[in-house]
Amino acid sequence: MNVLLDNLALFREGFIGTVELTAASALLAMVLGVTIAGCRVSPVPPLRIFGTAWVTLLRNTPLTLLFLVAFFVIPEILFPGINSFLLAVLACGFYTSSFVCEAVRSGVNTVPLGQAEAARSLGMTFLQSMRMIVLPQATRTVVPPLSSIFIALTKNTAVAGAFDNVDLFNIAKVLSNDGYDILMIFFWITLAYLVITFTISGLFRLLERRLEVAR
Amino acid sequence: MSANVLYDAPGPKARVRNRIYSVAGTLVLLALVGAVIARLASQGQFAPAMWDIFNYAGIRQNILDGLLATLEVFALASVFSLAFAVLLAVGRLSEHRVVSAAATGFIELFRSIPLLITIFALWVGIADKLWADVLHLPGSLAISPMWALIIGLTIYNGCVQAEVLRAGINSVPKGQSEAAYALGMRKTQVMATVLIPQAVRSMLPTIISQLVVTLKDTSLGYIILFPEMLQTARLIASNVQVEGAYPYVPVIIVIGSIYLALCLALSSLATWIEKRGRRTKTGIAVHAAAEPAEDPTVLEQ
Repeated sequence: MNVLLDNLALFREGFIGTVELTAASALLAMVLGVTIAGCRVSPVPPLRIFGTAWVTLLRNTPLTLLFLVAFFVIPEILFPGINSFLLAVLACGFYTSSFVCEAVRSGVNTVPLGQAEAARSLGMTFLQSMRMIVLPQATRTVVPPLSSIFIALTKNTAVAGAFDNVDLFNIAKVLSNDGYDILMIFFWITLAYLVITFTISGLFRLLERRLEVAR
Repeated sequence: MSANVLYDAPGPKARVRNRIYSVAGTLVLLALVGAVIARLASQGQFAPAMWDIFNYAGIRQNILDGLLATLEVFALASVFSLAFAVLLAVGRLSEHRVVSAAATGFIELFRSIPLLITIFALWVGIADKLWADVLHLPGSLAISPMWALIIGLTIYNGCVQAEVLRAGINSVPKGQSEAAYALGMRKTQVMATVLIPQAVRSMLPTIISQLVVTLKDTSLGYIILFPEMLQTARLIASNVQVEGAYPYVPVIIVIGSIYLALCLALSSLATWIEKRGRRTKTGIAVHAAAEPAEDPTVLEQ
Protein backbone atom coordinates (compact mmCIF):
# COMPACT_ATOMS: atom_id res chain seq x y z
CA MET A 1 0.00 0.00 0.00
CA ASN A 2 1.23 3.43 -0.88
CA VAL A 3 0.86 6.08 1.81
CA LEU A 4 0.79 9.04 -0.55
CA LEU A 5 -1.46 7.69 -3.31
CA ASP A 6 -3.97 6.08 -0.95
CA ASN A 7 -4.40 9.27 1.02
CA LEU A 8 -3.85 11.97 -1.56
CA ALA A 9 -6.94 13.89 -0.47
CA LEU A 10 -5.82 13.81 3.17
CA PHE A 11 -2.31 14.98 2.26
CA ARG A 12 -3.75 17.81 0.18
CA GLU A 13 -5.96 18.86 3.07
CA GLY A 14 -3.02 18.80 5.49
CA PHE A 15 -0.76 20.70 3.10
CA ILE A 16 -3.37 23.40 2.54
CA GLY A 17 -4.02 23.51 6.29
CA THR A 18 -0.35 24.17 7.04
CA VAL A 19 -0.08 26.80 4.28
CA GLU A 20 -3.24 28.58 5.44
CA LEU A 21 -2.21 28.57 9.07
CA THR A 22 1.28 29.82 8.18
CA ALA A 23 -0.08 32.61 5.97
CA ALA A 24 -2.72 33.74 8.44
CA SER A 25 -0.40 33.76 11.44
CA ALA A 26 2.37 35.43 9.40
CA LEU A 27 -0.07 38.23 8.58
CA LEU A 28 -1.13 38.61 12.21
CA ALA A 29 2.50 38.48 13.35
CA MET A 30 3.53 41.17 10.84
CA VAL A 31 0.74 43.55 11.87
CA LEU A 32 1.30 43.01 15.61
CA GLY A 33 5.10 42.95 15.28
CA VAL A 34 5.35 46.26 13.39
CA THR A 35 2.84 47.93 15.73
CA ILE A 36 4.71 46.79 18.81
CA ALA A 37 8.09 47.72 17.34
CA GLY A 38 6.56 51.19 16.86
CA CYS A 39 5.51 51.14 20.52
CA ARG A 40 9.00 50.17 21.61
CA VAL A 41 10.66 53.17 19.92
CA SER A 42 7.84 55.65 20.60
CA PRO A 43 8.13 58.72 22.89
CA VAL A 44 5.30 57.50 25.16
CA PRO A 45 6.71 55.60 28.17
CA PRO A 46 3.71 53.32 28.92
CA LEU A 47 3.72 52.10 25.32
CA ARG A 48 7.48 51.44 25.51
CA ILE A 49 6.98 49.46 28.72
CA PHE A 50 4.10 47.57 27.13
CA GLY A 51 6.25 46.71 24.09
CA THR A 52 9.14 45.49 26.21
CA ALA A 53 6.83 43.42 28.42
CA TRP A 54 5.12 41.91 25.38
CA VAL A 55 8.41 40.82 23.79
CA THR A 56 9.95 39.53 27.02
CA LEU A 57 6.84 37.60 27.94
CA LEU A 58 6.23 35.97 24.58
CA ARG A 59 9.86 35.22 23.71
CA ASN A 60 10.43 33.37 26.95
CA THR A 61 7.27 31.28 26.87
CA PRO A 62 7.17 27.92 25.11
CA LEU A 63 4.83 27.89 22.12
CA THR A 64 3.09 24.82 23.51
CA LEU A 65 2.16 26.80 26.61
CA LEU A 66 0.68 29.53 24.40
CA PHE A 67 -1.38 26.85 22.71
CA LEU A 68 -2.63 25.72 26.11
CA VAL A 69 -3.58 29.33 26.88
CA ALA A 70 -5.25 29.69 23.50
CA PHE A 71 -7.27 26.50 23.79
CA PHE A 72 -8.21 26.55 27.46
CA VAL A 73 -8.18 30.19 28.56
CA ILE A 74 -9.17 32.30 25.54
CA PRO A 75 -12.51 30.50 25.01
CA GLU A 76 -13.37 31.41 28.61
CA ILE A 77 -12.49 35.08 28.04
CA LEU A 78 -14.23 35.52 24.70
CA PHE A 79 -16.82 32.86 24.18
CA PRO A 80 -16.76 29.06 24.16
CA GLY A 81 -16.64 27.23 20.87
CA ILE A 82 -14.23 29.33 18.80
CA ASN A 83 -12.88 27.13 16.04
CA SER A 84 -9.43 25.63 16.48
CA PHE A 85 -7.98 27.29 13.37
CA LEU A 86 -8.60 30.77 14.78
CA LEU A 87 -7.09 29.82 18.14
CA ALA A 88 -4.04 28.32 16.42
CA VAL A 89 -3.61 31.52 14.39
CA LEU A 90 -3.76 33.55 17.61
CA ALA A 91 -1.15 31.38 19.36
CA CYS A 92 1.29 31.21 16.41
CA GLY A 93 0.73 34.86 15.46
CA PHE A 94 1.29 36.21 18.98
CA TYR A 95 4.38 34.05 19.47
CA THR A 96 5.92 35.10 16.14
CA SER A 97 4.99 38.76 16.61
CA SER A 98 7.63 39.11 19.33
CA PHE A 99 10.33 37.90 16.93
CA VAL A 100 9.05 40.15 14.14
CA CYS A 101 9.06 43.08 16.57
CA GLU A 102 12.69 42.47 17.49
CA ALA A 103 13.71 42.13 13.84
CA VAL A 104 11.94 45.37 12.90
CA ARG A 105 13.39 47.19 15.89
CA SER A 106 16.95 46.14 15.08
CA GLY A 107 16.25 47.12 11.46
CA VAL A 108 15.20 50.59 12.61
CA ASN A 109 18.40 50.76 14.63
CA THR A 110 20.57 50.13 11.55
CA VAL A 111 19.24 53.17 9.67
CA PRO A 112 22.05 55.76 9.82
CA LEU A 113 21.67 58.49 12.40
CA GLY A 114 21.96 61.28 9.81
CA GLN A 115 18.79 60.11 8.07
CA ALA A 116 16.60 60.58 11.13
CA GLU A 117 18.36 63.84 11.96
CA ALA A 118 17.81 65.14 8.43
CA ALA A 119 14.14 64.13 8.60
CA ARG A 120 13.78 65.95 11.88
CA SER A 121 15.54 69.08 10.66
CA LEU A 122 13.03 69.18 7.79
CA GLY A 123 10.41 69.43 10.51
CA MET A 124 8.95 65.95 10.22
CA THR A 125 7.11 64.54 13.20
CA PHE A 126 7.84 61.13 14.73
CA LEU A 127 5.17 59.40 12.67
CA GLN A 128 6.22 61.15 9.45
CA SER A 129 9.90 60.36 9.83
CA MET A 130 9.06 56.74 10.71
CA ARG A 131 6.71 56.31 7.77
CA MET A 132 8.66 58.14 5.07
CA ILE A 133 12.33 57.91 6.06
CA VAL A 134 13.15 55.24 8.60
CA LEU A 135 10.80 52.31 7.90
CA PRO A 136 11.38 52.19 4.10
CA GLN A 137 15.12 51.95 4.73
CA ALA A 138 14.73 49.55 7.62
CA THR A 139 12.75 47.20 5.33
CA ARG A 140 15.92 46.27 3.51
CA THR A 141 17.73 45.01 6.62
CA VAL A 142 14.58 43.44 8.05
CA VAL A 143 13.87 41.17 5.08
CA PRO A 144 16.58 38.48 5.63
CA PRO A 145 15.71 37.84 9.31
CA LEU A 146 11.99 37.89 8.47
CA SER A 147 12.59 35.08 5.99
CA SER A 148 14.02 32.83 8.69
CA ILE A 149 11.35 33.92 11.18
CA PHE A 150 8.64 32.80 8.76
CA ILE A 151 10.44 29.54 8.06
CA ALA A 152 10.56 28.97 11.82
CA LEU A 153 6.86 29.84 11.94
CA THR A 154 6.10 27.21 9.29
CA LYS A 155 7.82 24.62 11.44
CA ASN A 156 6.09 25.88 14.57
CA THR A 157 2.64 25.47 13.03
CA ALA A 158 3.19 21.72 13.47
CA VAL A 159 2.32 22.20 17.14
CA ALA A 160 -1.18 23.26 16.04
CA GLY A 161 -1.59 19.83 14.48
CA ALA A 162 -1.33 18.31 17.93
CA PHE A 163 -4.26 20.49 19.01
CA ASP A 164 -6.71 19.02 16.52
CA ASN A 165 -6.06 21.57 13.81
CA VAL A 166 -5.87 19.84 10.42
CA ASP A 167 -2.33 20.29 9.10
CA LEU A 168 0.60 18.17 7.97
CA PHE A 169 1.54 17.02 11.47
CA ASN A 170 -2.08 16.21 12.22
CA ILE A 171 -2.39 13.93 9.19
CA ALA A 172 0.97 12.32 10.05
CA LYS A 173 -0.60 11.42 13.38
CA VAL A 174 -3.78 10.12 11.76
CA LEU A 175 -1.90 8.02 9.21
CA SER A 176 0.44 6.64 11.85
CA ASN A 177 -2.59 5.60 13.91
CA ASP A 178 -4.02 3.94 10.79
CA GLY A 179 -0.94 1.72 10.74
CA TYR A 180 0.92 3.11 7.76
CA ASP A 181 4.72 2.85 7.66
CA ILE A 182 6.12 5.77 9.68
CA LEU A 183 9.20 5.91 7.45
CA MET A 184 7.12 6.71 4.38
CA ILE A 185 4.85 9.13 6.25
CA PHE A 186 7.94 10.89 7.59
CA PHE A 187 9.41 11.08 4.09
CA TRP A 188 6.34 12.64 2.45
CA ILE A 189 5.58 15.02 5.32
CA THR A 190 9.19 16.19 5.31
CA LEU A 191 9.02 16.75 1.58
CA ALA A 192 5.84 18.80 2.00
CA TYR A 193 7.47 20.99 4.64
CA LEU A 194 10.54 21.40 2.44
CA VAL A 195 8.32 22.60 -0.42
CA ILE A 196 6.78 25.26 1.83
CA THR A 197 10.02 26.44 3.41
CA PHE A 198 11.85 26.55 0.06
CA THR A 199 8.99 28.58 -1.41
CA ILE A 200 9.24 31.05 1.45
CA SER A 201 12.99 31.45 1.15
CA GLY A 202 12.66 31.75 -2.65
CA LEU A 203 10.00 34.46 -2.34
CA PHE A 204 12.10 36.37 0.15
CA ARG A 205 15.17 36.11 -2.08
CA LEU A 206 13.11 37.66 -4.89
CA LEU A 207 11.95 40.39 -2.54
CA GLU A 208 15.52 41.03 -1.40
CA ARG A 209 16.67 41.38 -5.00
CA ARG A 210 13.87 43.82 -5.77
CA LEU A 211 14.68 45.95 -2.74
CA GLU A 212 18.40 45.91 -3.39
CA VAL A 213 20.04 49.25 -4.19
CA ALA A 214 23.58 50.04 -5.18
CA ARG A 215 25.31 51.79 -2.31
CA MET B 1 20.68 54.94 16.16
CA SER B 2 19.10 55.35 19.52
CA ALA B 3 15.37 55.86 19.63
CA ASN B 4 15.51 59.47 20.78
CA VAL B 5 16.80 60.85 17.45
CA LEU B 6 13.43 59.97 16.00
CA TYR B 7 11.80 62.80 17.86
CA ASP B 8 12.82 66.15 19.36
CA ALA B 9 13.49 66.62 23.00
CA PRO B 10 9.90 67.43 23.94
CA GLY B 11 9.06 71.09 24.49
CA PRO B 12 6.26 72.27 26.79
CA LYS B 13 3.50 71.51 24.26
CA ALA B 14 4.89 68.10 23.35
CA ARG B 15 5.36 67.25 26.99
CA VAL B 16 1.69 67.93 27.64
CA ARG B 17 0.75 65.89 24.57
CA ASN B 18 3.02 63.02 25.62
CA ARG B 19 1.50 63.09 29.05
CA ILE B 20 -1.98 62.87 27.54
CA TYR B 21 -0.88 59.97 25.33
CA SER B 22 0.72 58.30 28.35
CA VAL B 23 -2.43 58.56 30.41
CA ALA B 24 -4.63 57.46 27.50
CA GLY B 25 -2.30 54.58 26.63
CA THR B 26 -2.11 53.42 30.23
CA LEU B 27 -5.88 53.60 30.55
CA VAL B 28 -6.45 51.59 27.38
CA LEU B 29 -3.94 48.92 28.42
CA LEU B 30 -5.30 48.75 31.95
CA ALA B 31 -8.85 48.54 30.59
CA LEU B 32 -7.85 45.60 28.36
CA VAL B 33 -6.09 43.77 31.19
CA GLY B 34 -8.94 44.61 33.54
CA ALA B 35 -11.54 43.28 31.11
CA VAL B 36 -9.65 39.99 30.78
CA ILE B 37 -9.27 39.66 34.54
CA ALA B 38 -12.92 40.56 35.17
CA ARG B 39 -14.05 38.02 32.60
CA LEU B 40 -11.89 35.28 34.14
CA ALA B 41 -12.95 36.26 37.65
CA SER B 42 -16.59 35.99 36.62
CA GLN B 43 -15.85 32.39 35.66
CA GLY B 44 -14.50 31.89 39.17
CA GLN B 45 -10.89 31.46 38.07
CA PHE B 46 -9.60 33.85 40.72
CA ALA B 47 -11.68 32.46 43.58
CA PRO B 48 -9.50 31.69 46.63
CA ALA B 49 -10.57 28.04 46.49
CA MET B 50 -9.12 27.80 42.96
CA TRP B 51 -5.73 28.91 44.22
CA ASP B 52 -5.93 26.85 47.38
CA ILE B 53 -5.04 23.76 45.36
CA PHE B 54 -1.39 24.84 45.44
CA ASN B 55 -1.41 24.30 49.20
CA TYR B 56 -1.82 20.57 48.76
CA ALA B 57 1.40 18.61 49.15
CA GLY B 58 0.39 16.25 46.35
CA ILE B 59 0.03 19.02 43.80
CA ARG B 60 3.25 20.67 44.89
CA GLN B 61 4.99 17.31 44.53
CA ASN B 62 3.49 16.92 41.03
CA ILE B 63 4.76 20.32 39.95
CA LEU B 64 8.19 19.59 41.41
CA ASP B 65 8.33 16.23 39.61
CA GLY B 66 7.35 17.92 36.36
CA LEU B 67 9.98 20.61 36.85
CA LEU B 68 12.63 17.99 37.55
CA ALA B 69 11.63 15.99 34.47
CA THR B 70 11.86 19.14 32.34
CA LEU B 71 15.25 20.03 33.78
CA GLU B 72 16.52 16.47 33.34
CA VAL B 73 15.52 16.39 29.68
CA PHE B 74 16.97 19.87 29.19
CA ALA B 75 20.28 18.95 30.83
CA LEU B 76 20.73 15.72 28.88
CA ALA B 77 19.57 17.25 25.59
CA SER B 78 21.84 20.26 25.91
CA VAL B 79 24.92 18.20 26.75
CA PHE B 80 24.24 15.71 23.95
CA SER B 81 23.34 18.41 21.42
CA LEU B 82 26.54 20.36 22.11
CA ALA B 83 28.67 17.23 21.77
CA PHE B 84 26.80 16.33 18.58
CA ALA B 85 27.22 19.89 17.32
CA VAL B 86 31.01 19.70 17.67
CA LEU B 87 31.00 16.46 15.66
CA LEU B 88 28.75 17.90 12.94
CA ALA B 89 30.64 21.20 12.70
CA VAL B 90 34.00 19.46 12.44
CA GLY B 91 32.45 17.05 9.93
CA ARG B 92 31.10 19.89 7.82
CA LEU B 93 34.50 21.64 7.81
CA SER B 94 36.33 18.40 7.01
CA GLU B 95 38.58 18.26 3.98
CA HIS B 96 37.21 14.85 3.04
CA ARG B 97 34.47 15.54 0.50
CA VAL B 98 32.31 12.58 1.61
CA VAL B 99 32.35 13.48 5.31
CA SER B 100 31.62 17.13 4.69
CA ALA B 101 28.79 16.35 2.22
CA ALA B 102 27.21 13.91 4.68
CA ALA B 103 27.40 16.40 7.56
CA THR B 104 26.05 19.23 5.38
CA GLY B 105 23.16 17.09 4.16
CA PHE B 106 22.28 15.95 7.68
CA ILE B 107 22.36 19.50 9.06
CA GLU B 108 20.29 20.99 6.24
CA LEU B 109 17.73 18.16 6.38
CA PHE B 110 17.05 18.16 10.10
CA ARG B 111 17.18 21.93 10.39
CA SER B 112 14.26 22.18 7.97
CA ILE B 113 12.05 19.47 9.51
CA PRO B 114 9.79 20.64 12.33
CA LEU B 115 11.25 19.34 15.59
CA LEU B 116 7.83 18.04 16.59
CA ILE B 117 7.75 15.73 13.54
CA THR B 118 11.17 14.30 14.43
CA ILE B 119 10.14 13.70 18.03
CA PHE B 120 6.82 12.17 16.96
CA ALA B 121 8.51 9.87 14.45
CA LEU B 122 10.98 8.72 17.10
CA TRP B 123 8.11 8.16 19.53
CA VAL B 124 6.11 5.95 17.17
CA GLY B 125 9.22 3.93 16.40
CA ILE B 126 10.99 5.19 13.28
CA ALA B 127 14.33 4.15 14.79
CA ASP B 128 13.12 0.59 15.29
CA LYS B 129 11.80 0.54 11.73
CA LEU B 130 15.16 1.69 10.35
CA TRP B 131 17.04 -0.76 12.56
CA ALA B 132 15.02 -3.87 11.79
CA ASP B 133 13.43 -3.35 8.37
CA VAL B 134 15.98 -1.26 6.52
CA LEU B 135 19.33 -2.20 8.06
CA HIS B 136 18.21 -5.77 8.94
CA LEU B 137 20.03 -5.71 12.27
CA PRO B 138 19.09 -8.10 15.07
CA GLY B 139 17.17 -6.97 18.13
CA SER B 140 14.95 -3.94 18.37
CA LEU B 141 15.22 -0.32 19.35
CA ALA B 142 12.35 0.64 21.59
CA ILE B 143 12.46 4.33 22.56
CA SER B 144 10.65 5.67 25.60
CA PRO B 145 8.89 9.06 25.32
CA MET B 146 11.64 10.64 27.38
CA TRP B 147 14.38 9.41 25.07
CA ALA B 148 12.35 10.28 21.99
CA LEU B 149 12.24 13.83 23.33
CA ILE B 150 15.94 13.89 24.23
CA ILE B 151 17.09 12.39 20.92
CA GLY B 152 14.82 14.68 18.90
CA LEU B 153 16.07 17.75 20.75
CA THR B 154 19.66 16.54 20.36
CA ILE B 155 19.35 16.09 16.60
CA TYR B 156 17.61 19.41 15.92
CA ASN B 157 19.60 21.59 18.31
CA GLY B 158 22.80 19.76 17.40
CA CYS B 159 22.29 20.88 13.80
CA VAL B 160 21.59 24.50 14.79
CA GLN B 161 24.48 24.64 17.26
CA ALA B 162 26.77 23.06 14.65
CA GLU B 163 26.02 25.98 12.32
CA VAL B 164 26.70 28.43 15.15
CA LEU B 165 30.02 26.73 15.93
CA ARG B 166 30.96 26.65 12.25
CA ALA B 167 30.31 30.38 12.01
CA GLY B 168 32.49 30.82 15.11
CA ILE B 169 35.29 28.70 13.70
CA ASN B 170 35.17 30.64 10.42
CA SER B 171 35.40 33.92 12.29
CA VAL B 172 38.76 32.97 13.82
CA PRO B 173 41.41 34.84 11.78
CA LYS B 174 43.18 32.66 9.26
CA GLY B 175 46.60 33.56 10.69
CA GLN B 176 45.76 31.60 13.83
CA SER B 177 45.43 28.23 12.14
CA GLU B 178 48.33 29.02 9.78
CA ALA B 179 50.54 29.79 12.76
CA ALA B 180 49.44 26.58 14.48
CA TYR B 181 50.24 24.52 11.37
CA ALA B 182 53.61 26.28 11.11
CA LEU B 183 54.36 25.14 14.66
CA GLY B 184 53.85 21.58 13.44
CA MET B 185 50.44 20.88 14.97
CA ARG B 186 48.24 18.24 13.44
CA LYS B 187 44.75 18.98 12.09
CA THR B 188 43.09 17.59 15.21
CA GLN B 189 45.34 19.63 17.46
CA VAL B 190 44.66 22.84 15.53
CA MET B 191 40.93 22.22 15.72
CA ALA B 192 40.85 21.19 19.37
CA THR B 193 43.36 23.61 20.87
CA VAL B 194 43.20 26.67 18.62
CA LEU B 195 39.96 26.97 16.64
CA ILE B 196 37.18 25.47 18.79
CA PRO B 197 38.08 27.24 22.06
CA GLN B 198 38.02 30.63 20.34
CA ALA B 199 34.87 29.76 18.40
CA VAL B 200 33.09 28.78 21.62
CA ARG B 201 34.23 31.97 23.32
CA SER B 202 32.96 34.24 20.55
CA MET B 203 29.73 32.30 20.07
CA LEU B 204 28.90 31.62 23.74
CA PRO B 205 26.03 34.18 23.90
CA THR B 206 24.45 32.71 20.76
CA ILE B 207 24.96 29.15 22.02
CA ILE B 208 23.20 30.01 25.28
CA SER B 209 20.37 31.75 23.40
CA GLN B 210 19.87 28.53 21.48
CA LEU B 211 19.90 26.62 24.79
CA VAL B 212 16.93 28.79 25.81
CA VAL B 213 15.20 27.47 22.69
CA THR B 214 16.10 23.92 23.76
CA LEU B 215 14.57 24.59 27.16
CA LYS B 216 11.38 25.95 25.60
CA ASP B 217 11.20 23.01 23.20
CA THR B 218 11.25 20.46 26.03
CA SER B 219 7.58 21.44 26.33
CA LEU B 220 6.95 19.48 23.12
CA GLY B 221 7.04 16.48 25.46
CA TYR B 222 3.45 17.51 26.18
CA ILE B 223 2.43 16.23 22.78
CA ILE B 224 4.04 12.79 23.13
CA LEU B 225 2.51 12.50 26.63
CA PHE B 226 5.83 12.67 28.45
CA PRO B 227 5.06 13.96 31.97
CA GLU B 228 7.22 17.10 31.89
CA MET B 229 6.06 20.40 33.37
CA LEU B 230 3.40 21.26 30.79
CA GLN B 231 1.89 17.78 30.72
CA THR B 232 1.84 17.88 34.52
CA ALA B 233 0.03 21.21 34.31
CA ARG B 234 -2.63 19.75 32.06
CA LEU B 235 -3.04 16.68 34.24
CA ILE B 236 -3.48 18.82 37.35
CA ALA B 237 -5.86 21.22 35.61
CA SER B 238 -8.04 18.49 34.15
CA ASN B 239 -8.13 16.22 37.22
CA VAL B 240 -8.77 18.71 39.98
CA GLN B 241 -12.23 20.16 40.09
CA VAL B 242 -12.98 23.15 42.28
CA GLU B 243 -16.64 24.07 42.64
CA GLY B 244 -17.53 22.65 39.27
CA ALA B 245 -14.74 24.38 37.32
CA TYR B 246 -11.29 23.27 36.24
CA PRO B 247 -8.39 25.44 37.47
CA TYR B 248 -6.79 26.00 34.06
CA VAL B 249 -5.97 29.67 34.61
CA PRO B 250 -4.22 29.34 38.02
CA VAL B 251 -2.22 26.31 36.86
CA ILE B 252 -1.19 27.97 33.59
CA ILE B 253 -0.16 31.14 35.43
CA VAL B 254 1.98 29.18 37.90
CA ILE B 255 3.62 26.91 35.31
CA GLY B 256 4.07 29.81 32.88
CA SER B 257 5.90 31.82 35.54
CA ILE B 258 8.25 28.91 36.19
CA TYR B 259 9.08 28.67 32.47
CA LEU B 260 9.48 32.43 32.25
CA ALA B 261 11.84 32.50 35.23
CA LEU B 262 13.99 29.66 33.86
CA CYS B 263 14.24 31.17 30.36
CA LEU B 264 14.89 34.70 31.64
CA ALA B 265 17.66 33.42 33.91
CA LEU B 266 19.35 31.66 30.98
CA SER B 267 18.98 34.57 28.55
CA SER B 268 20.25 37.11 31.05
CA LEU B 269 23.30 34.86 31.46
CA ALA B 270 23.81 35.12 27.68
CA THR B 271 23.52 38.92 27.78
CA TRP B 272 25.89 39.13 30.73
CA ILE B 273 28.53 37.05 28.92
CA GLU B 274 28.08 39.19 25.82
CA LYS B 275 28.63 42.42 27.78
CA ARG B 276 31.63 40.99 29.62
CA GLY B 277 33.13 39.81 26.33
CA ARG B 278 32.75 43.29 24.86
CA ARG B 279 34.72 44.84 27.70
CA THR B 280 37.82 42.72 27.15
CA LYS B 281 40.13 43.99 24.44
CA THR B 282 41.91 40.71 23.65
CA GLY B 283 40.76 37.86 21.43
CA ILE B 284 38.19 37.86 18.63
CA ALA B 285 34.90 39.68 18.95
CA VAL B 286 32.10 38.16 21.02
CA HIS B 287 28.87 37.94 19.02
CA ALA B 288 25.57 39.37 20.14
CA ALA B 289 23.21 37.08 22.04
CA ALA B 290 20.61 36.22 19.42
CA GLU B 291 18.90 33.05 18.40
CA PRO B 292 20.20 31.94 15.01
CA ALA B 293 16.61 31.48 13.84
CA GLU B 294 15.85 35.07 14.64
CA ASP B 295 19.06 36.68 13.49
CA PRO B 296 20.55 34.61 10.64
CA THR B 297 23.44 37.05 10.27
CA VAL B 298 25.28 35.30 13.10
CA LEU B 299 25.55 32.28 10.82
CA GLU B 300 26.78 34.13 7.75
CA GLN B 301 30.44 34.60 8.40
